[in-house]
Amino acid sequence: MGAWLAWIPLLPLLSSLTLLLLGRRLDERGAALFGVGSVALAALLSLVAILLFVVSDGTAWGGQALSWFSALGLEVGFSLYFDGLTAVMVGVITGVGLLIHLYSVAYMSGDDGFARFFAYLNLFVAMMLILVLAGDFLLLYLGWEGVGLCSFLLIGFWYRVPENGYAARKAFVVTRVGDVALALGLLILVQQFGTLLIQDSVGQAQLLWADSDWPFWVALLLLGGAVGKSAQLPLQTWLPDAMAGPTPVSALIHAATMVTAGVYLIARTQGIFLLAPDVLQLVQLVGGLTLFLAACSALVQQDLKRILAYSTISQIGYMFFALGAGAFSAAVFHLMTHAFFKALLFLAAGQVILSLHHEQDIRRMGGLLRPMPFSALCFAIGCAALAALPFTSGFYSKDAILLQAYAHGGAGIAWWLALAGAGVTALYSLRLFVRLFLGECHTAPTPDNRWPMRWPLALLCLLALFGALIPQPLSDVFVSVPAGEQHVSWAVHLAVLLMPWLGLALGLWLLLRGEDLRRRFAGGILARVWRTGWGFDALYNALLVQPLSLLARLNRRDLLDLPVGFLAWLSRTCHQGLSRLQNGRLRQYVAGIVWGALLVLAVVL
Amino acid sequence: MTEIPVEHGLLFAAALFCIGLVGVLVRRNLVFMLMSLELMLNATAFVFVLGGALHGNADGQVMFVMILTLAAAEVAVGLALVVHLYHRHRSLDADRLDVMKG
Repeated sequence: MGAWLAWIPLLPLLSSLTLLLLGRRLDERGAALFGVGSVALAALLSLVAILLFVVSDGTAWGGQALSWFSALGLEVGFSLYFDGLTAVMVGVITGVGLLIHLYSVAYMSGDDGFARFFAYLNLFVAMMLILVLAGDFLLLYLGWEGVGLCSFLLIGFWYRVPENGYAARKAFVVTRVGDVALALGLLILVQQFGTLLIQDSVGQAQLLWADSDWPFWVALLLLGGAVGKSAQLPLQTWLPDAMAGPTPVSALIHAATMVTAGVYLIARTQGIFLLAPDVLQLVQLVGGLTLFLAACSALVQQDLKRILAYSTISQIGYMFFALGAGAFSAAVFHLMTHAFFKALLFLAAGQVILSLHHEQDIRRMGGLLRPMPFSALCFAIGCAALAALPFTSGFYSKDAILLQAYAHGGAGIAWWLALAGAGVTALYSLRLFVRLFLGECHTAPTPDNRWPMRWPLALLCLLALFGALIPQPLSDVFVSVPAGEQHVSWAVHLAVLLMPWLGLALGLWLLLRGEDLRRRFAGGILARVWRTGWGFDALYNALLVQPLSLLARLNRRDLLDLPVGFLAWLSRTCHQGLSRLQNGRLRQYVAGIVWGALLVLAVVL
Repeated sequence: MTEIPVEHGLLFAAALFCIGLVGVLVRRNLVFMLMSLELMLNATAFVFVLGGALHGNADGQVMFVMILTLAAAEVAVGLALVVHLYHRHRSLDADRLDVMKG
């Protein structure tokens, strides 16, 4: 370990700068070489780092690569920190990121903005790596805002469509609400401890804040940041719209990595959250509510990518639920497996969408099993892992979450919601698969079977199936939360095990017997509410957007602007009048001179 | 030979000047405008001569000779411009030459 760790984010950053500056001169091969090559090198370096970390028996390394600035006694450097949590995150980011980059080469080929796309994507990877490698809160914040910027740029990548620009702005503004909270939390930490080093401040918090109100407020503010970035209640509305971006972007940013930054933040500042049990309870409740509400919404969506988006919100809800319940390592475990199977689902969805000429409405899909068997296999594996069917990676992580949460806190409201959510998850996974691949064929596909697109999918299939076997060196990272007195009985085990099957059985029954019920439900009011994401968009629109635009409309003729505006109006009017005089008609000039002379004479005489 | 009252001379000069001025204002042909301009110049020159005669001074006539040469120079330049303009625009209509506005 050493300062060379800085090269892991630096490589994609340099490549991104190169692509931004020289992108127009490079052809697709050159741009792809830079874009994929830099991430591949970063992945190689991080593999070396992880191996070294494991060889050294998991001793965390922290150090400063460069000094950034010092002001008012506050020293801020590019401090890096590498421990088990970082190892997991870096592995996921570079590993899944590399596969998605490879896939994007095929997916984006022929697009006008090919080099621009890779420039943004590389910048994102660099910022995300900075976020997780940071040993300093300010550096973490830099990465945090950096990934927000890249998310904005990539959601609005096809900027000629106005809706995409709107979705990008919405994502940016909504996450900014959380970012303000995060910044306030960091400011309190600086003001209290005079340091921004993460480990130092968390350590000092545990020493000095044993019985004070500060941990509550700081944890609440940090939670605000996490909620915004990870699209949890009440700031979840931006993620479904963020699907306007290209599909690889949805896979990398809005499923696998960036949206889990909130989970990472809470896990990283575990020490502060443990001092504020109330906030931890809140985290659990937020997670439980979000996962259930989003799962219900995913059940009735008609847009393929929106289904996956709501499912992402729901799965991150599971992570928050686990964090709040004190099952920190289970949350990070689910973060990893979710990155695998959700990236797989998104990339397979991208293949389907591309084959159907950018058709995203699942009502016009169906019967794709025969023409696209490979995508069907990917989807089957992805959906199985999402539904937590036994022996897939999602099974182990979701089981770990539910059982550990039960062991820590028993069966509260949030736990029951999470259990029910597991059933709903299985139900919508089944619906997704059936609507896409079974039944009648509505749109004839032109299957796209290029291998550069296929073999990242094949690797992700393996990871989604067996990713749970990857060991996670997390034992030294998290203070083990004292396990509750709850005894996990066999009934709980059975319930957790059976819940997905219950959802599947319900789905099959609805599919085979309940056509009437399905039709009545789809036309009902509940389905309508769910389809609009529980009406949050309408609520925020009425509560925040409309009053603001009303204010803006009222103040359009700014009162303070009037004097300045009058001057501008005056000079413009004079200018127009005078320039109308100069019309090139000699005789009118002469007449002007005569009248002028007469006027002078009249005055003088 | 009876003395001509100075008011008559001034009235004559003013009438001449106004005729020239009206000519400049109403004629559209550049050549006629130049001619009207000459008329106006001569009206002013006449006032100089008149002033010289009134005061018994030769300066008025000196001034007249100078205005004469000035008018000659002006007409030379003006006619050259008129010829050139005609070559360019195939027209001597002052109103149609408003395309030359700066």
